Amino acid sequence: MLAYIIRRVINSIITLLVVTAVTFAIFFMVPKLTGSDPALLYIGKNSDPASVQGIRIKLGLNDPIPVQYGKFLKGLVAGRDYVNGNDITHCPAPCLGYSFKTDQEVTPLLVGDLSVTLSLAVGAAILWVLMGVAIGVLSALRRGSFADRGAMTVALAGVSLPVYFTGLLASAIFIRWLGWLPESNYVPLTQNPGDWFVSLILPWVTLAFLFAATYARLTRANMLETLGEDYIRTARAKGLRERSVIGKHALRSGLTPIVTIFGLDLGALLGGAILTENVFNLRGLGYQALTAIRGNDLPVILGVTLIAAFFIVAANFVVDLVYGVIDPRVRLA
Amino acid sequence: MSENLLEATGVEKHFPITKGLFKRQIGAVRAVDGIDLSIRTGETLGLVGESGSGKSTAGRLFTRILEPTAGTITFEGEDISHKSVTQMRPLRRDVQMIFQDPYSSLNPRHTVGAIISAPLQIQNIPTPNGVKKAVQDLLALVGLNPEHYNRYPHEFSGGQRQRIGIARALALRPKLIIADEPVSALDVSIQAQVVNLMEDLQREFNLTYLFIAHDLSVVRHISDRVAVMYLGKIVEVADRDDLYKNPRHPYTVALMSAVPVPDPVRRDRAQRERVLLTGDVPSPINPPSGCRFRTRCWKAQEICATEEPPLITRLDDPESHLTACHFPVVNDETVAGRRPAATPA
Amino acid sequence: MSIGTPASRPFLEVKDLTIRFETDDGIVQAVTESSFTLEKGKTLGIVGESGSGKSVTSLGILGLHRTRSNAKVSGEIWLEDQELVTATDEDVRKLRGGKMSMIFQDPLSAMHPYFTVGSQIVEAYRVHHPGVNKKVARERAIDMLARVGIPQPERRFNDYAHQFSGGMRQRAMIAMALVNDPALLIADEPTTALDVTVQAQILDLIRDLQEEFGSAVIMITHDLGVVAELADDVLVMYGGKIIEKGPAVDLFQAPEHPYTWGLLGSMPRLDREVRDRLNPVKGSPPSLINLPSGCSFHPRCPFAERNGDRCFTEIPLLGGPRHPVACHLPEDDRPRIFQQEVRPNL
Ligand SMILES: Nc1ncnc2c1ncn2[C@@H]1O[C@H](COP(=O)(O)OP(=O)(O)OP(=O)(O)O)[C@@H](O)[C@H]1O
Ligand SMILES: Nc1ncnc2c1ncn2[C@@H]1O[C@H](COP(=O)(O)OP(=O)(O)O)[C@@H](O)[C@H]1O
Ligand code: SF4
Ligand code: SF4
Ligand SMILES: [Mg+2]
Ligand SMILES: [Mg+2]
Repeated sequence: MLAYIIRRVINSIITLLVVTAVTFAIFFMVPKLTGSDPALLYIGKNSDPASVQGIRIKLGLNDPIPVQYGKFLKGLVAGRDYVNGNDITHCPAPCLGYSFKTDQEVTPLLVGDLSVTLSLAVGAAILWVLMGVAIGVLSALRRGSFADRGAMTVALAGVSLPVYFTGLLASAIFIRWLGWLPESNYVPLTQNPGDWFVSLILPWVTLAFLFAATYARLTRANMLETLGEDYIRTARAKGLRERSVIGKHALRSGLTPIVTIFGLDLGALLGGAILTENVFNLRGLGYQALTAIRGNDLPVILGVTLIAAFFIVAANFVVDLVYGVIDPRVRLA
Repeated sequence: MSENLLEATGVEKHFPITKGLFKRQIGAVRAVDGIDLSIRTGETLGLVGESGSGKSTAGRLFTRILEPTAGTITFEGEDISHKSVTQMRPLRRDVQMIFQDPYSSLNPRHTVGAIISAPLQIQNIPTPNGVKKAVQDLLALVGLNPEHYNRYPHEFSGGQRQRIGIARALALRPKLIIADEPVSALDVSIQAQVVNLMEDLQREFNLTYLFIAHDLSVVRHISDRVAVMYLGKIVEVADRDDLYKNPRHPYTVALMSAVPVPDPVRRDRAQRERVLLTGDVPSPINPPSGCRFRTRCWKAQEICATEEPPLITRLDDPESHLTACHFPVVNDETVAGRRPAATPA
Repeated sequence: MSIGTPASRPFLEVKDLTIRFETDDGIVQAVTESSFTLEKGKTLGIVGESGSGKSVTSLGILGLHRTRSNAKVSGEIWLEDQELVTATDEDVRKLRGGKMSMIFQDPLSAMHPYFTVGSQIVEAYRVHHPGVNKKVARERAIDMLARVGIPQPERRFNDYAHQFSGGMRQRAMIAMALVNDPALLIADEPTTALDVTVQAQILDLIRDLQEEFGSAVIMITHDLGVVAELADDVLVMYGGKIIEKGPAVDLFQAPEHPYTWGLLGSMPRLDREVRDRLNPVKGSPPSLINLPSGCSFHPRCPFAERNGDRCFTEIPLLGGPRHPVACHLPEDDRPRIFQQEVRPNL
């Protein structure tokens, strides 16, 4: 098991390195190849040549590319200083870069956004797992029944309806029409937990609806497959009560694939739920990403990309570990 | 009949086992561990042994799907031991394989026509009346309806799928067919149909077969000669009747006595005379020293643990044949009910 | 019909058992009006080719079709004085794994991959012994593992099925099936996936355990050799129906149904001289959704033409002076046909 864990860790680190290299290449090299000046991209086209030259030195854009990449990595791990003569900007680790457009470090900027995204994603995840799995399992057990067909029809709709549609519809109904929820902006948890909760109810439900639909379908399919396995027949042949056959034997293997999907979905969401955040005006990573793209703020885009990549790689790692724990065939291979 | 089509000398196949972070090699599965075997033109050579004894690996070495770790394999006198895939291509026409599992060995997304014609197209074989006609002839040859050209494997039963596998192997008119447990997954009646078909085809096309199976009765029925494998080694080879009438290796004796006798009147006798082998085949990673069968052999003595018995014909026994044992069984020896002595450490 | 006094009732009596599955393609007539009996201490062999209804019959006895909404089971199954087809789910559940238990063909897929072999045996024991604490159940499981010949049972208790060899898995499966001393043991092709050497060990084990516990055993197999070794009585199934049944010796020495003849002719035998050619049943098994008219074996039967139209139009009933056979060939001709036309080719 230990060798298995270490191998996974090393795999993850290598993946992260590759991701940073590729991201770096895209953001720092492509402008060069296409002939545009990255320094100009950084501070805007209408700057005077002197300050462009200053930025160029400060960002080390004149260095060979491997050196630039090295400095960039060092910044991630140990922090770095942007130096141009006496003009020194310190950027502590993990340094995702410095937005010269807004004149602030990218990391603290994104940490604030991350807490919004985290609130949204984790809350929605709890909801969708509970709902999706419960509906999926019940549907599988009552296969072909009225409830099963109904649930699966709604789930199919859930999978195919885009978030901005369900989100806007939900706002219209619950805020404007029924007036059950106040029209509120995001309130940080630390500021007022009650308001925080209320402000997130609709985004949670909207996001969870989309995922719950997918999970219900997936759970149902997995459960049906598991229920057809020989070892379920054996469990019944032993005289186990239906409750243990389902609750112990079938769920254990029927839900294993869900763990994988769940980890990956959550990992991906933590990098920003662009649509949901924009529909509900939540200033999370996704929102930030969109803003940065519109404003051509390269260091911020790069930062969001790296955070997203980090979560996806981390989620993969966790999923692999959990798998090793659940499935002895993986652990003892 | 006596010329050797394929000859294996000292052939080994070791699969490395790796461990830890850096996939360090810590040992090897010695799946085939030094075998000498020849397949004569026009014969059916049966290869039997328990699962894990290395039969399939041997078959895949002879077709050069696998490359031997050591030893040489010659086909029609030409050394093919280490030929590359491209160098092997012309030879692929001559050696074909039929597999055990009629379900997984056919691509479910291809029609029967596509499956059977694939080897023709890969090898650029001219088909004077068109590919379709060639495939339909093959289908008819193996007893399938030529109209079923466009059907998919899942529309066929196990026995019919095995016929499709045979048609595919026959497409290139090979000289040697290596059949790896071709009938093991089939019901007796279908099994018998396929065995009969294979015999008919052999006669019609002068085929040579290596027939791998663990069912000793089927092997006896179809083979001219039989080789017995245990843990990567050939332990006994002989003409079919010699082997079944006068088995010499204790393992062969045990294997044959384990086959249930389909006669309820004689079951008490059969059970009394059965040599019960205990336990499983030892791991091919650390095979026992000396004679590999010694951990389950009731005749084992000290020398069996220290000295590997060579595969030889004994001069002091007129009915002897190639056997790898220090103390071969002799005719009328009472072996019944013997269980192996305590396993030496 | 079923008035027999409890004293005269056989240990297991199956009467007109009929099992149908409703599928999108049509109704699968998996078992049709099957009747047989079995006494304690005896072994009943069921033979027939793939899809002939052997497993469906045995799952029916255990009531394992109850969870399938598309299955319809009718007829009667008497286990001593309890009728199982009409019994409640809970009553049948209590019998499963207790008074009657089952060994399956593929022990790898029949064991849960995520639970240790030991814990699965413990679980089987504790459902039927609710008062027993974990430690006692564990000891019982280890005893059973030792009893079926698994070396180092304490250590092996904690292994998973994939860490066992094929033979050991089947032993563990048997340990699980026997942990509650069942009076009826159904073994569904317990050795099909195993080598002959291991098969001999497992058959030996079943025989020993049966002697020790006096259970009734149903041995399902397509290997006539296995039946001959173990069975007192034999049922031959074809297309979901019993087409011949009787004492094992009669079925091997004087079989009367053309399909049974075909099975014997298909089989190469070590105890006879090598034949030039095998004599298999031609063709392939029937579809249970569209069974052939009349005798469902007629498309494959070399004797179908001898009885006028009857084989094609009229379903033959089980019957006969010696043992029950479902065939239109004249009762008195069957032994002669076997001796003169069939036997020489076996
Ligand atoms: N749940 C089900 N739904 C529909 N058809 C079924 C179902 N279970 C079994 N059958 C069908 O019933 C028939 C008898 O199956 P059964 O498993 O009893 O065969 P068998 O004699 O045990 O064969 P084998 O030797 O392959 O195990 C087959 O045609 C099978 O496809
Ligand atoms: N690709 C492989 N890697 C590692 N071990 C293998 C491989 N193929 C076969 N083996 C091992 O080699 C031994 C012989 O296998 P095989 O030739 O398949 O036996 P048989 O066909 O006689 O049952 C077995 O222990 C098997 O697990
Ligand atoms: S060499 Fe020894 S151990 Fe090996 S088979 Fe012969 S008698 Fe048995
Ligand atoms: S009833 Fe007719 S078709 Fe059926 S087995 Fe007898 S002879 Fe053959
Ligand atoms: Mg093999
Ligand atoms: Mg079955």
